[in-house]
Formats: sequence, C-alpha cells, structure tokens
Amino acid sequence: MQKNKNINRDFHFCSLGNTGLKYSDCHHKLHHNIKYIFLGIFFGILLVKAEVTSWFRIQEMFRLQSFHMYGIIGSAMLLGMTSVWLIKKFNLKSINGDKIALNPKKFNRGQIYGGLLFGFGWAMTGACPGPLFAQIGTGETVISITLLSALCGTWVYGLFRDKLPH
Amino acid sequence: MIEFLKHPWPWYIAGPLIGLTVPVLLIFGNKSFGISSSLRHICASCLPSDIPFFKYDWKKEMWNLFFVFGIFIGGAIAANFLANPAMIEVNLKLTAELERYGITDYKNLIPEDIMNWKSLLTLKGFIIIAVGGFLVGFGARYAGGCTSGHAIMGLSSLQWPSLIATIFFMTGGFIMVNFILPLILSLKI
Repeated sequence: MQKNKNINRDFHFCSLGNTGLKYSDCHHKLHHNIKYIFLGIFFGILLVKAEVTSWFRIQEMFRLQSFHMYGIIGSAMLLGMTSVWLIKKFNLKSINGDKIALNPKKFNRGQIYGGLLFGFGWAMTGACPGPLFAQIGTGETVISITLLSALCGTWVYGLFRDKLPH
Repeated sequence: MIEFLKHPWPWYIAGPLIGLTVPVLLIFGNKSFGISSSLRHICASCLPSDIPFFKYDWKKEMWNLFFVFGIFIGGAIAANFLANPAMIEVNLKLTAELERYGITDYKNLIPEDIMNWKSLLTLKGFIIIAVGGFLVGFGARYAGGCTSGHAIMGLSSLQWPSLIATIFFMTGGFIMVNFILPLILSLKI
C-alpha cells in the first residue's frame, strides 16, 4: 500500500530527471549554470521595466482598468507558442545536440484549487514568484518576508500533499 | 539609449521579450521555463526533512536557482541604473479607489503606505505581506506551476492543464481584488 502511494509522486514536477542524458552528470558545474544568471539578470530588468512587478499594475489588471498586463501576457504567449511550434516543426535540437524535451503536464484538480489560491496570493501581494525576487532586488526588503512565506507555503504543501485532493 | 531604457517599456516590447525566454531556455539549455520550482528547490536544499516531496536531487535543477538569483540582481540593476524618475501612471479610477484606503504613494513597485516593516505588525499588513506570500507558494506548488510555468511555458506548448490553471489564476485574482481585498484594505488594525 505504502509502496503504491510512492509511485508518481512527482507528477507535478516535469523537468526532474528529464534534462537530457548527455549532460546529466555535469549539472552541478558552475560554468554550465553561469549563463542562467545572465539570463535571469536580463529577465529581472525586463520584469521591473515592464512594470510587471508593480502591485499597482496587478490591481489594474484584475479590475480590467488597463490593457498593459493582458498585452504582455498575450504577446509573450503568442511568441512562446510560435517558437515552440517552430522548434517542433523543424525538430530543432538544443545547442548540446539533445532533442528538446517538452514535458507534458497532466491534469489534476490541483490546477483548480491551487490555481485559485495562487490567484488570491498574486492579487494580494501583487507578485508571482519571479517578481518576488526582482522586488527584493529593487530594495523592497519587506518582500523578503513575502518570499519566506511563499517558501513556507511550498513546504506546507509538500507536507500535506498526500492529504490534499488532486 | 539609457534615457530610452529608463522609461517604462511598453507591453509590445516587453511581452515578446518575455515570450522569447521560452525558446532561449529550450535551445540553450533544454530547460522548460518555470520559476516557482525554485521555491521547491530551496525547500529541498535548505530544510532537510523526511517529506518525500522534497527528496530528490535538487542539484540537478540548480540552473533554476541561478536564474532566480539573476532576477534578483536584475531587479537591483533596474532600480539603481534604469529607474524611471517619474511615478507610475495608473488608471485614475484605481488611484481614486486606493486613496480611500490611504494608499497615495506611487513611487515604488509596492504600496509602501500599507506594505512596510512596521505594517507587518498590523493585521492588515500581515495578511497582505505574509498570508499573501504563503498563498503564492502553496498555490503555485498545488497547481504545479505559476504564471511562468503554466501561463507562459504551458500555454506555449499547448498544454490544456496549463490553460485550466491559468483560468483559475485569473479567477482567483478577480475574486480577491474585487470582493475580498477591499475588506482587507478596510481593516483599521
């Protein structure tokens, strides 16, 4: 019984163990990861300059008082969709030569309950996880408490996962 | 150039650049874009416990932690070198409504009138800063991703579970902002 329960524990977590066999043994090495810092820096500047990290913009969005956030999310999706379509159509490989892995997500009721709860939190704090890191970077030190609370939320989810409806 | 960068970037520039993150991560690292997983890796690495959900080789997912550290640095660069000298321009209906709750400071990314270290000790501040944060972390993991993993990456690869998650992110936000948050903002304690 206990064994059965352990199967498929990670169905939420798509990228685990799916990162391409060739390079799987050098993921810990610094020089493989350094490029992600630069990408993150660019992304952080982008989030702040586009005002995606602004509590006020999130308030506008959920009050339908501005097109800004819808334009951002919509055009980001469109560009993402087009590029994933191109990657699939031309069967593009990553620069390591690996086949690009797109991990299918499985439906479960967590996407409904968790989605609602996440929406509540997003509207209250005016930040989803990415902007939390950017906001702290801009000097909003009190947001470190929001980040700690988000870590706490993640941990509590892990603790009660088996008891929650999925 | 710098002057130009200091202005808020319009949606039609920022949106496609955010979308570009998806193919860049796929091609340069074969990684699926997703930020909230970083919270799980931090839990797995810093809080050793017997919880099976956190027992995995988080070191394999280190790239995600490097990426969010970059976001933090990026925020610092944007605030120190590319800051917009003018205040954020929002819909006048919003300013009128927020004024009723004592929110008049538009200089920062967050309303510092209600979100600051001192207000953390009030019920209102605690709910918004800490309870809100808890819901972000709990909800994102329960839903299996956040705005980046579901709304951007998931929808980009046409995953219908991500569409459901995105719909409920938005539904939750609408309910909170229009029905619950006004009550929280009205709290006097």
